[in-house]
Amino acid sequence: MERPLPAPAGLAADRYAGLSLAAWQKFGTLALIVLAAVLPFALSRYHVFELTMVMIYAIAVLGLNILTGYNGQISLGHGGFFAAGAYTAAILMHHYGVPYWATLPPAAVICFALGVLFGLPALRFEGPYLALVTLAMALATPQLLKYFDTWTGGQQGINLVKPMPPPALVELGLDRDRWLYYVAFVALLIAIRVAANLLHGRTGRALIAIRDQPIAAAAMGIHTARYKTLAFGTSTLFTGVAGALAAIVIGYVSPEGYSLFLSVSFLVGSAIGGIATIGGAIVGGLFIQFVPNLANDISDAAPWAIYGLAMLLFMYAMPRGVVGSLGPLIARLTQRIRAG
Amino acid sequence: MHQFLQQIFSGLAAGAIYASLALALVMIYRATDLVNFAQGEMAMFSTYIAWTLVNAEVPFWGAFLITLVVSFVGGMLIERVVIRPVENAPVLAAVVVTIGLLLIFNSTAGWIYSYTVQDFPSPFPDRPLFGALMTTRDLGVIAVTLAMLILLFVFFRFTATGLAMRAAAQNPDSARLCGIRVGRMLAIGWGLAAAIGATAGIMVAPVLFLDPNMMGGVLIYAFAGALLGGITSPVGAVVGGLIVGVTENLVGTYLIASQLKLTVAFALIILVLVFRPNGLFGTAIVRRV
Repeated sequence: MERPLPAPAGLAADRYAGLSLAAWQKFGTLALIVLAAVLPFALSRYHVFELTMVMIYAIAVLGLNILTGYNGQISLGHGGFFAAGAYTAAILMHHYGVPYWATLPPAAVICFALGVLFGLPALRFEGPYLALVTLAMALATPQLLKYFDTWTGGQQGINLVKPMPPPALVELGLDRDRWLYYVAFVALLIAIRVAANLLHGRTGRALIAIRDQPIAAAAMGIHTARYKTLAFGTSTLFTGVAGALAAIVIGYVSPEGYSLFLSVSFLVGSAIGGIATIGGAIVGGLFIQFVPNLANDISDAAPWAIYGLAMLLFMYAMPRGVVGSLGPLIARLTQRIRAG
Repeated sequence: MHQFLQQIFSGLAAGAIYASLALALVMIYRATDLVNFAQGEMAMFSTYIAWTLVNAEVPFWGAFLITLVVSFVGGMLIERVVIRPVENAPVLAAVVVTIGLLLIFNSTAGWIYSYTVQDFPSPFPDRPLFGALMTTRDLGVIAVTLAMLILLFVFFRFTATGLAMRAAAQNPDSARLCGIRVGRMLAIGWGLAAAIGATAGIMVAPVLFLDPNMMGGVLIYAFAGALLGGITSPVGAVVGGLIVGVTENLVGTYLIASQLKLTVAFALIILVLVFRPNGLFGTAIVRRV
C-alpha cells in the first residue's frame, strides 16, 4: 500500500486559514503570553502566589535541563545552587539594604562562578559518580548554612520584607503578590529567550554532540572541557537566579528549605516535563508546585505515596516527559492531517 | 591508642552495614545500569516485616529467614511489575521511577506503622570484648555480613544460576542466544538485592531504632561506599563500605564536631575519586565512537 509522502514542514503550500505553520506557532505563543499576563486579575492572591512559584521553579528546572538534558550531566545538587542564589539575595537585602531587584545580578554572577568552580572537578566524573558528587553538595548545603550563622542567621534563617510595587502602580491598585508575579513572569520570559538562543544555535549543538558522542565531538574540534564547564555555569546561573527570586517572593530563607528533597524535586520535574526541552521546564514547575498538594487532597494518610505513584504513572505513560513525548505526537498528527 | 582502635572497630561494624547495602546497589547496577534509589526504603520495609513477626512471638532467627524469603519474592515482583516497563526508557525515567518507589515505600510504611520510633531487638547480647575494644554486638554484625558475603561468593562462583546471572549482566544479548532467560536473571538479581538489603536493615535497626526514615542516611553512605570501591565491583562495594564506615567514625571523633561530619566525610571521598575516577576497584569503561 502506498502512502502519500508527508509534505515537508514550512512550505508555502502548508497554510491553514491563510497562515503558515510557523505563524500559527507564533500566534499560539503570543496568546499564551497574553493569557499569562491577564491571569493574575482572575485569581485570588494565594493562587497568584502559587503560579509565581511555578514560574520560579520553571526557571530552576530550565537550568537543570541545560545541564542534564542537553549536556547529559546528571545533577542531584541543584537545590544547593538554588540556596546559594536565595542566600545571596537575602544577605544583600538584610545586611546591606540592597533593593530586591539589584540582588538578581549578583546572585547570577555568584552562582555562575560557583557552577564553573564545581564544573571543573565534575569534568572527571560521569554518570553515577557525578550524581554522588552533586549529592554530596545537596547534603552539605543545609549543614553549611547552619555553620556560617553570622551571615545566614543559622537555624532561624533570615526574614525579609516583601517588596512593594513602584508607587505609580500602587496607585493603580496593584498589590505585592501580583507585582511579584509579573517580576517572575518577565524573568521567566527572559530565561526562556536566553535558553532558546543558546540551545538552538552552535552552542546547543555542541552540548548535544558532547552528550551523545563525547569522543566524536572532541575529534570534530569541540572543546569538550570548555563547553561542559560552560553548561555547568549557565545551568547554575539559571537555578541561582530562580533561588534569589524565590527568596524575594517568599520573604524568608532557612536551611530546612534547601534539603536534598528540593534537588530531587528539580530532577523529577525536569524528567516529567521533558528533559531536553525548553517547554518541559514549565510542566516541571507545575508538577513540583501542585502535585504534592493534590496528593495531600487525595490521601491525608500517605500523601507521598500518591506523589510517588504519580511519578511512576507519568514515566510509564510518557518516558520522555510530557513535552518530549507529546511534541513528536502532535507533529505526527498535524502531518497526517496535512497528508489527508 | 585504645580509643583509636575502638573507633576503628565500631566504624567497621557500621561499615559492614554500609557494605551490605552497597553490595545490593552494585548488584542492580551491574545488571541494569541503574542506581536503585529505593534500595534503602525497601530494606526499611523488610525490617518492619521482621519487626511484625518478632512482635508476633516468632523466634528472632525464624523471623529473619522468613523476612529474607519475603524480601526476595518482593524484590522479584518489583522488578517484574515496576521496573520492567521502563527497561528500555531513557535512564532518567528509570531513575525517577526508583525515586517514586522510595517515596511510596517511605509513605506507606509511615501510614501502616506510623512515624513513631520503635525499639528493635538485637539477636546479639551487648557485652564488651577484647578489653572493651569492641562489643559482641559489633562482632555479630560483622560476622553476619561476612557469612552473607561468603554465601554470595559461593552462589556466583559455583552454581549454574550464578554463572547465568553473571553472563546476563555482562552481555545480555549473547546470554540470551545461549538460552539464558535474561529477564528472569534480572528478577533474581533484584530479589537477591532486596534480601541483602533486608539483612542490612535488620542488623542496623537495633542501633538506629526503627522508623520509616531509618535508612535514608545509610543509603547515602552505602552509595558513597559503592562508588568509592567502584560501582561495577562487588569486592569494591564491600571494601568501600567499610572504608566509609571507618572514615565517618574517625572524622566524627577526631576532626570536627558532628555538624559537619557528613560534609567532611564526603569531601574526603570525592578527593579520592578525583584521583581514581572509576573508584578503587572499578574498571575504566572503554567506549567505541
